[in-house]
Amino acid sequence: MAESTHNTCEGLLGSLSDYIDGELGAELCRQIEKHISECDDCRIVVDTTRKTIDLVHASNTPQTGLPDDVRDRLFKRLNLDDYLKPSAA
Amino acid sequence: MVENLIQNISIDMLRSGDRAEFARLVDAYSAPIYRLGLRMLGTEQDAEDVLQNTFLSALTHLSSFEGRSSVLTWLYRIAVNEALMILRRGRPEVSIDDTDAKDENDIIHPTQFVDWVALPEDELLSDEGRQALDKAIQKLPENLRTVFLLRDIQELSIKDTAETLGISESNVKVRLLRARLSLREQLSYYYGERMNKEKSNG
Repeated sequence: MAESTHNTCEGLLGSLSDYIDGELGAELCRQIEKHISECDDCRIVVDTTRKTIDLVHASNTPQTGLPDDVRDRLFKRLNLDDYLKPSAA
Repeated sequence: MVENLIQNISIDMLRSGDRAEFARLVDAYSAPIYRLGLRMLGTEQDAEDVLQNTFLSALTHLSSFEGRSSVLTWLYRIAVNEALMILRRGRPEVSIDDTDAKDENDIIHPTQFVDWVALPEDELLSDEGRQALDKAIQKLPENLRTVFLLRDIQELSIKDTAETLGISESNVKVRLLRARLSLREQLSYYYGERMNKEKSNG
């Protein structure tokens, strides 16, 4: 735990986002993967953090469109009433 | 995904005052702007205010849009500022600039080590699960939530998030990590409880 390499819990935590986002170099990834193969707590932290981000993305997709009344009022406020045909979405 | 729409919108036509083109811009970007407002402020009325003010402001300042950032980043920046203005009405201390970065280098240390990733997807994304997630996002401190919303929900790059908020890229990364770890902690607690309940019921 003393030195802050990627082969420690502390080192892994600092680089967690970069690792999950695929922005770490191959050598650092290798160190992290070695560490999580030996440290169950860190493996869980990596897996559950990745899953948390996946869930955020998944929960964000269904409510895509803008409510019709909100769109109507927006177009009126912007004096775009004449373009207020139904949206393609 | 949203970013691709930009290719079909002509900045020159917008600048020359083409109203049909502006209407297309509004339709292309109003949903993500509204969602951003909703997640930042939590009420539909405030989100609608953010939405209307963002496009009114965009209309006024179109001539000063230099095209150095994408239209979406530019609109997000306006929307974030509008949302912060609404937040500050009630709480003048709200700030997202670099000056409130104290203690941000302290990493949140995980305390929950429940392995809940193998739970079935329909349980993770049940109505109750989604509500737990929304609640956890709402509980993040403002300066972490805004970074998280732009990066992980609106899916801006680190660079565009930094540009939108006027903070450094390294500050974005630190806040993003803290936000993600904090959410993970809250969800682990929530799903851990559920797994315990299921165990004791089964």
